[in-house]
Amino acid sequence: MPEGILCNRTPINTKEQLDAVLADKGGKQYYQEMEQLEVDVEKLQKSLQDTCKSRIRTWLEMCAHCGLCADSCFFYLANKKDPQQVPSYKILTTLGKIVEKNGNVDTAHMIYCMDTAWGKCTCCNRCGSFCPYGIDMGVMFSYLRGLCFSQGFVPWEMKIGSGMHRIFRAQMDVTPEDWVETCEWMAEEQQDEWPGLEIPVDKEGADIMYTVNAREPKHYPEDIAEAAILFHLAGENWTVPSLGWEQTSLTMFAGDWEGCKLQVQSVYEAIERLKPKRVVGTECGHAHRGTVIEGPYWVGREDGRPPAPYIHYVEWLAEALRTGKIKIDPAKKLKIPVTIQDSCNYIRNHGLKDITREIMSYIVEPGYFIEMYPNKEYNFCCGGGGGLNGIGRYRQWRNVGMKVKRDQIIATGAKLVIAPCHNCWDAIRDLEEVYELGIKWSFLKPLIIKMAIIPEHLKPQEEEEEEE
Amino acid sequence: MYNFITGPLLWITFIIFFVGLTVRVVLYIRGLDWRLDRVAYRKYPTLGLKGALSSIFHWLVPFGSHGWRAKPLYTIIFFIFHIGLVVTPLFLVGHAVILKERWGINWPTIPMLLADALTIAVMVTAVFIAIRRIGLPEVRIITTAYDYFLLLLTVLPFFSGFMAAHQFGDYVFWNYTHILSGMALLIAIPFTKLFHVVGYFLSRAQIGMDFGIKRAYKAKGGFAW
Repeated sequence: MPEGILCNRTPINTKEQLDAVLADKGGKQYYQEMEQLEVDVEKLQKSLQDTCKSRIRTWLEMCAHCGLCADSCFFYLANKKDPQQVPSYKILTTLGKIVEKNGNVDTAHMIYCMDTAWGKCTCCNRCGSFCPYGIDMGVMFSYLRGLCFSQGFVPWEMKIGSGMHRIFRAQMDVTPEDWVETCEWMAEEQQDEWPGLEIPVDKEGADIMYTVNAREPKHYPEDIAEAAILFHLAGENWTVPSLGWEQTSLTMFAGDWEGCKLQVQSVYEAIERLKPKRVVGTECGHAHRGTVIEGPYWVGREDGRPPAPYIHYVEWLAEALRTGKIKIDPAKKLKIPVTIQDSCNYIRNHGLKDITREIMSYIVEPGYFIEMYPNKEYNFCCGGGGGLNGIGRYRQWRNVGMKVKRDQIIATGAKLVIAPCHNCWDAIRDLEEVYELGIKWSFLKPLIIKMAIIPEHLKPQEEEEEEE
Repeated sequence: MYNFITGPLLWITFIIFFVGLTVRVVLYIRGLDWRLDRVAYRKYPTLGLKGALSSIFHWLVPFGSHGWRAKPLYTIIFFIFHIGLVVTPLFLVGHAVILKERWGINWPTIPMLLADALTIAVMVTAVFIAIRRIGLPEVRIITTAYDYFLLLLTVLPFFSGFMAAHQFGDYVFWNYTHILSGMALLIAIPFTKLFHVVGYFLSRAQIGMDFGIKRAYKAKGGFAW
């Protein structure tokens, strides 16, 4: 059973392995090795026997080949209705064939499966809402990713992402020390403007424990500062854990179910250790999906819920605005055409559609908020979900796929797209770079900070001294 | 011959049909796994039931779902086809007469004219479905010979029944064809994707529970199918 040095069936568990794969820029050697990577048919058969049960088998068998899923897929639409992009076709020729042949497939087929599961599907689950039988091809593609991962047929960046989680319990190489230091640094930086602002680490029994996306400490620390400012402004009793602070799950995108469990466990352990009343996650879609919606099942929680109420940032923000914990200055409401990007992971897949609209009603001047069409549960993926944003091998495919979102945004005439999701935010930024629409894009946090009324007691004291 | 076909053979057919379907339903439900499917089926019976019913209902009604509304022409054809398939054999005078003669059961019937109209509608919509399979690239690419075979198998009892009922051609031939093809259809249901006669309800209930319990419990009124 030949396996490559970099491309193999073993997940990355050590820093050495990780460095070796990282050193192979763009995965050149990695993908060359993949061409020679043999399929472990026995292992695949065992996986099918253990995990492919009646739901998926019935879906594959019962599919009526009616093609009603075609128009639901943004890849199909963006690729000029290429029949090879029909969701049913994509799943039947990949997972369908593996199941039909009971795992007796070759390397070429597994590479085709990989290219389809990551390059032609973002697991946005939209097709599932258009199938008369309720066949959710996004769920099946996610399952297929798991099979591919266990056989070593996984995009280079996903292999790395999974390794990061396994080693650092974060999607990037951010150690607990890095994280805590970043928090301290951000709290310090804000002292002039926000005296008394704190980012309390490991405080037990707080009202809120806050979890983030590792990109924030790594590349966008200001996001953490913004979260701190808004909690400070709202007078929340909050904390961040020193361990278990990372909410995202590239392991989920990679199909690394064992890694998913390890990652989520670290967050749940923090919840159990610090016993917050509830947990708030950052403006990220897949982090919410991974840790709040799917996570409880990975760790085997029979109630299907995290150990404490765990809400998305938009839920906390809507509540803070509704209850007046944060007040918006009416003069500063947005007076430019604004639209909102519905993140598949917490709108279609967690029903939070009304929450984001409620926020819009507080922060956008009446008449300036424009809905995309279709929207809410039926929104299209931004084009970069499911890990696709980060995979170099499929960059061109992604850029074509983004045309659907581009056209949706153009149709609204909006100048600002609010994207309370890291993946959507990235995709829209790249969309602007590729297609130059002349739009701006933003998370909610920076917008709210600009609009919020700041109570006197939270303002810096110097002004008073100057006046004296 | 006739007695054998409409006697023991018919009984065997019904047994295979009902037992086959029952076994499949049981296997399906037993194969559901809360951990693998990531749906806490047992934990939230109310949310699950609501989700399942809403999911089934919205798709059972013409234009009841976003999906049906997105394809109005297909929806009309699809529902005519299925209504004809279910209503005609169940309430046909010719079938009710047999029930009356053999067991004295008074079975409700529909007028012959309506039965004829529905039978013709089944055949016409079946042709349309076949043309759609050939004509639309997104349907053609996933269509297999097996799909046409099942379509033929489904329509044959209607076509032959129509020929027999109106005594077009050789009555004996068409009547035997009708009875045998009807039996073949019933036997095929548990073993082919025609299993969807019950599989539809199971599959829609499952995805409905998924959304009701997990993926849409935060949405007012559940997932807006």
